[in-house]
Amino acid sequence: MKAAVILFPGSNRDRDVRMALAASTGRDPLVVWHKERDFPEVDLIVIPGGFSYGDYLRSGAMAAHSPVMREVASRTNKGVPVLGICNGFQILTETGLLPGALMPNASLKFVCRDVHLRVETSQSLFTNRYQAGQTIRAPVAHHAGNYFADDATLDALEEEGLVAFRYCTPDGVANEASNPNGSARNIAGIFNRTKTVLGLMPHPENAVDPLLGSADGNPLFDGLVEALS
Amino acid sequence: MSAAAEAPITPEIVESHGLTADEYRRVVEELGRAPNIVELGIYSAMWSEHCSYKSSKRWLKTLPTTGPQVISGPGENAGVVDIGDGLAAVFKIESHNHPSFIEPYQGAATGVGGILRDVFTMGARPVANMNALRFGGPDHPRTRHLVAGVVAGIGDYGNCVGVPTVGGECNFHPIYNGNILVNAMTVGVAPADRIFYAAAAGPGNPVVYVGSKTGRDGIHGATMASAEFDEGLEARRPTVQVGDPFTEKLLLEACLELMATDAIVAIQDMGAAGLTCSSVEMAAKGGLGIELDLDRVPVRESGMTAYEIMLSESQERMLMVLKPGREKTARAIFQKWELDCAVIGRVTETGRMVLKMGGEEVANLAVKPLVEAAPEYDRPWVETPPEPIIAAKDVTPPEDLARALTRLISSPDLASKRWIWEQYDHLVMADTAGRPGGDAAVVRVHGTSKGLAMTTDSTPRYCAADPRAGGRQAVAEAWRNLTAVGARPLALSDCLNFGSPERPEVMGQFVGCIQGMAEACRALDFPVVSGNVSFYNETDGRSIPPTPVVGGLGLIEDVARAVTPALKAAGEALILIGEAAGESGGWLGASLYLREIEGREEGAPPPVDLAVERRNGDFVRALVADGHLTACHDISDGGLLVAVAEMALAGNLGADIETAGAVPHAWLFGEDQGRYVITTGEPDTVLGLAARAGVPARRIGSTGGDALTVDGAHPISLAGLRDAHEGWLPAYMAVP
Repeated sequence: MKAAVILFPGSNRDRDVRMALAASTGRDPLVVWHKERDFPEVDLIVIPGGFSYGDYLRSGAMAAHSPVMREVASRTNKGVPVLGICNGFQILTETGLLPGALMPNASLKFVCRDVHLRVETSQSLFTNRYQAGQTIRAPVAHHAGNYFADDATLDALEEEGLVAFRYCTPDGVANEASNPNGSARNIAGIFNRTKTVLGLMPHPENAVDPLLGSADGNPLFDGLVEALS
Repeated sequence: MSAAAEAPITPEIVESHGLTADEYRRVVEELGRAPNIVELGIYSAMWSEHCSYKSSKRWLKTLPTTGPQVISGPGENAGVVDIGDGLAAVFKIESHNHPSFIEPYQGAATGVGGILRDVFTMGARPVANMNALRFGGPDHPRTRHLVAGVVAGIGDYGNCVGVPTVGGECNFHPIYNGNILVNAMTVGVAPADRIFYAAAAGPGNPVVYVGSKTGRDGIHGATMASAEFDEGLEARRPTVQVGDPFTEKLLLEACLELMATDAIVAIQDMGAAGLTCSSVEMAAKGGLGIELDLDRVPVRESGMTAYEIMLSESQERMLMVLKPGREKTARAIFQKWELDCAVIGRVTETGRMVLKMGGEEVANLAVKPLVEAAPEYDRPWVETPPEPIIAAKDVTPPEDLARALTRLISSPDLASKRWIWEQYDHLVMADTAGRPGGDAAVVRVHGTSKGLAMTTDSTPRYCAADPRAGGRQAVAEAWRNLTAVGARPLALSDCLNFGSPERPEVMGQFVGCIQGMAEACRALDFPVVSGNVSFYNETDGRSIPPTPVVGGLGLIEDVARAVTPALKAAGEALILIGEAAGESGGWLGASLYLREIEGREEGAPPPVDLAVERRNGDFVRALVADGHLTACHDISDGGLLVAVAEMALAGNLGADIETAGAVPHAWLFGEDQGRYVITTGEPDTVLGLAARAGVPARRIGSTGGDALTVDGAHPISLAGLRDAHEGWLPAYMAVP
């Protein structure tokens, strides 16, 4: 599997996800600068975490208008899988490739901690190595991860099975206490209609080594390799 | 020269620049004439306490700064130590106290920005941030505002740059009501043979300015940091700089990219006193001159004077000397990152700093005296009178042990600081192996199986009672915290926070602390490789207690072997390594027990026997390396029972312990030094090894259950302890 990691000025978890991809695929992913529109064909595009363009207007808002995102949108339409993590998720909603928006956390503070996630479906490129209903652990680290969409959109996401992950307790209960940012219906990650785009706030790339706290992110990367190779 | 530059220098102008009449006379003597206002500004910045260390230099020289592991000691932007595999760790701790008190968010944020630049200026990629914070009493009306602002400022800056903030310390005491302390440390990693220094070389080489444009912010920051506070804080707000972490991130990447080429001769960040200090230092270190055309400096607004350009402390700027003809390389890289890059002058062999603007010469000074002729004071000092030793038997035992422990563990100094560190991204870069909350944070050296351990420590109440013992203790505790995770302590960076050096009592505290620190550094082979002095932390004549913060760095060969304080499994033995002085079983003078439970802030602090410290620590480190331990925690604030409670809370597992010694509450709460609590599944082996090594070790109990039980008495539930320990800070900060 050949992956590309998009690099914006202000991206800062690009190295983290490059390492995770390299460990799963056995080779270094391509790094694509935000001004590039013309980059080689790849099997997976990853938009990493960070503060693209400083996130000064609104998280992800400026990156959504970058040259590289026009290309990412056009490849998405052709079915190339895209994974957006944290700022990447924010950019995907700002670009309109995923529905809804990520608002400032309900606490109005940055939050960095391990959370538990319930895998809502194993029926996707990204989650095929998990069991539906399985609980995994990975960290969040964000200031604007409060997922919001109107009720109709949320209902549609649920009905079509497009909720990928929900914040939950260690034993899998999605409740207010386990919601780190105020997200609607505890949503931590969603797919687009074709399930070729996944956006999520937690960091699976920071959960690939038990030494650092968790290896529960590995199945996501390993599953992608299996599905896309 | 322009009319403004020709205006006569009056005694009032001299005074407003923080120079004494005598110092001004020396300036005139060096120059052979009166300076113009630009030159006066440059002299005042270079000769400020902040830049010249004029009151502290004499004493700083007595600190040990060498060792086989030291690649570069004090005097550069940061200290550099060898960590093997062709790599070096580059680190420094620095204060941003005065600005953070005036404007907590920007003050703290720019403190982080400044220390990050100190590290990446030397060619290192920053891999971790730490901090040490001291706030006033929780009841003081400004404290909440200051905590919220400082924490958000540190978090927002480091989070955006993408360097994990992995730990630190945070304490509260009314004595800091008028002067909070914000000390920030950055640790970076660089190839050992690719360290960049500040010394200019090669007359004719271009001097290049990169980064943000220069604005009118932060003018006179260095002078501000060299005076005490009085009324009119608001009026000083404009002296605080404004940070832009996004630009810092770009500057970091652009600098590292340029450093990977061979274009750079010398590089220096623009910190205190901005362009003045950076250009003077580069020229002085190279024994050369420098000529700058100030019209070429990228500025944020029009009409800036030479004086303003030279003294602005606008953030996220660097000055470098390039090899001839390499300007293009630099320009291409900085353009890619959309940062300014301008050739603003050249290195000369004249030994003079010549500044031009609008076709006129606006300053012409010999470089050497700016650095070398700075006054050096031997300030009068008086020794701090000793506090009486408080006998343990003279301290009332607690009426209710559970209540006493709960009160201690939920007191502002011991309460969990989770509310703070969850606002810091402590995981970005994917190498954080030991998270905040342990004795020392552990960050894996990227691409290797080694780990860097880091900690910040100081116990001001000990230093106030006995500066020399307190200085020893600060160094010993940092060394101990590194040891407790299994690391070999390499070196330290110190941030010396004191009141006005012009008062003999304060100077006496400074001298005492330095003496104690030097003794401990020597005994523990733990040299000082960088640091910073922050004097004048006083308001209306009331000084902070001596607060020498030690930022310690250690190395773990196999990061997977690092241990944490968390209890791991039921049925393991709890062993106390080290022993209390005397028969009472514990030292309660200057302890938190005495302060929080008895309301007494008095008594001599616990002595630090450096030979014992070293012996016990070396023994514990070997136990970790050999895999004998499952958990380890040093005993410090609050004593043994607090240490065991912290271990139990971290592991969510209870313990039963039995007291010893003539005075049980002294045994439980005494703060005797050089001690650790460890857990192991092989107690006989560990006790045998201890006996052979001549290290006092005693089994004090076992792990298990969901409560702490002391001498079989009523169990203290972990759930209740946790609520108290975790609850205080969030509840305090939730009050509007």
